[in-house]
Amino acid sequence: MSKIAVSSEGPSLDDQVDPRFGRAAGFVVVDPETMVTEYIDNGRSQVMAQGAGIQAAELIARAGVSWVLTGFVGPKAFQALNAAGVQVAQNLEGLTVRQAVERFKSGEVAGAATADRR
Amino acid sequence: MIVAVASGKGGTGKTTVTASLASLWEGPLIGVDLDVEEPNLHLFLHPILTGEETAHLTIPVVDEATCTYCGACSELCQFKAISVMGRLILTFPEMCHGCGGCLAVCPEKAITPGQRELGEITWGTAGRQGFLMGRLRLGEAMSPPLMRLVKARLEQMLAQSGGDAIIDAPPGVSCPAINAVIDSDVIVLVTEPTPFGFYDFQLAWEAFAPLNKPLGAVINRAGLGTGAIYEFCREKHLPILAEIPYDRAIAEAYARGRIIAQISPELQGTFVSLMAAIRGLAQEAAHA
Repeated sequence: MSKIAVSSEGPSLDDQVDPRFGRAAGFVVVDPETMVTEYIDNGRSQVMAQGAGIQAAELIARAGVSWVLTGFVGPKAFQALNAAGVQVAQNLEGLTVRQAVERFKSGEVAGAATADRR
Repeated sequence: MIVAVASGKGGTGKTTVTASLASLWEGPLIGVDLDVEEPNLHLFLHPILTGEETAHLTIPVVDEATCTYCGACSELCQFKAISVMGRLILTFPEMCHGCGGCLAVCPEKAITPGQRELGEITWGTAGRQGFLMGRLRLGEAMSPPLMRLVKARLEQMLAQSGGDAIIDAPPGVSCPAINAVIDSDVIVLVTEPTPFGFYDFQLAWEAFAPLNKPLGAVINRAGLGTGAIYEFCREKHLPILAEIPYDRAIAEAYARGRIIAQISPELQGTFVSLMAAIRGLAQEAAHA
């Protein structure tokens, strides 16, 4: 199974999922089989006046992940992720990164077809 | 002389003041509506429009056959209007500010100029005076690019006709408001002595005072609210150029699209002396 990125308030599996995608503090990139993680800091996107979502999508595409787990992805970032072939799962705020990944592994997480909330 | 009529809070009477001044201005004048998101000066000046043009912004169009995905454009763009994601290049035309940087840095010359429609610029005459306005396209998020093109047209018109211009500026103190006043010689701040009016008036003073242009206040709906605004003006040495009373007859005339300087000799006198005060403010600054 290929790697997934979770928008996160901090660098570890026990940090909370950041409900924002573009302005998330960072992304915990997880190999769901080994649960080995890397952290991508998103501080540069957080301070942008506009285009934070697109900038974050660039980081995600560069990290070579196949899924993003987050709270909500805005329309432009969604378009960018979609074009890059990255699937998006939303509404995962309120969980830790670990819980979000477990939920994903159990197959309870659906990919979003549009940027809208369900 | 270019006079910008601005405010912090919206609805304090910028257009009321602009239209009244335009109606009795001595010498040639162009009335300009730079509140391109919601222009309304024409409702009072009833111009005869003689020209119009559609305004555009230059945006990037990428030739994917030539693009090597080097990312130079994406790196440069502060607004992420152009984004390289691996072997994929995306443009977001509505995010583009039109700086042309991507076209300049592309080493492969893979980017050519395209266009985003910003809105309409129209001009004509209102009585013996000139008239000019911009109207932003519905759905367009950025007004400064259109405003800059309206101002370029104003420069052409002034070069032909000579005389003065009076600008009806957008409310607020962000980019559009700054854009409307930055090329003016005098800024007239229209305010009202309500708590909300006073609060935004302070913001307007903070935003516009650093431009180092002659600045004066017009207090509309005088008699309402508190004296705080008068104290503030005294403290900041900000001249009060005119006071317009809080009067039902003014609201009724406004609602009918009338120019309030024309509804009573007293109000006409108020605006004649406001015009003189604005000229005085400009001359004082010129001699300083």
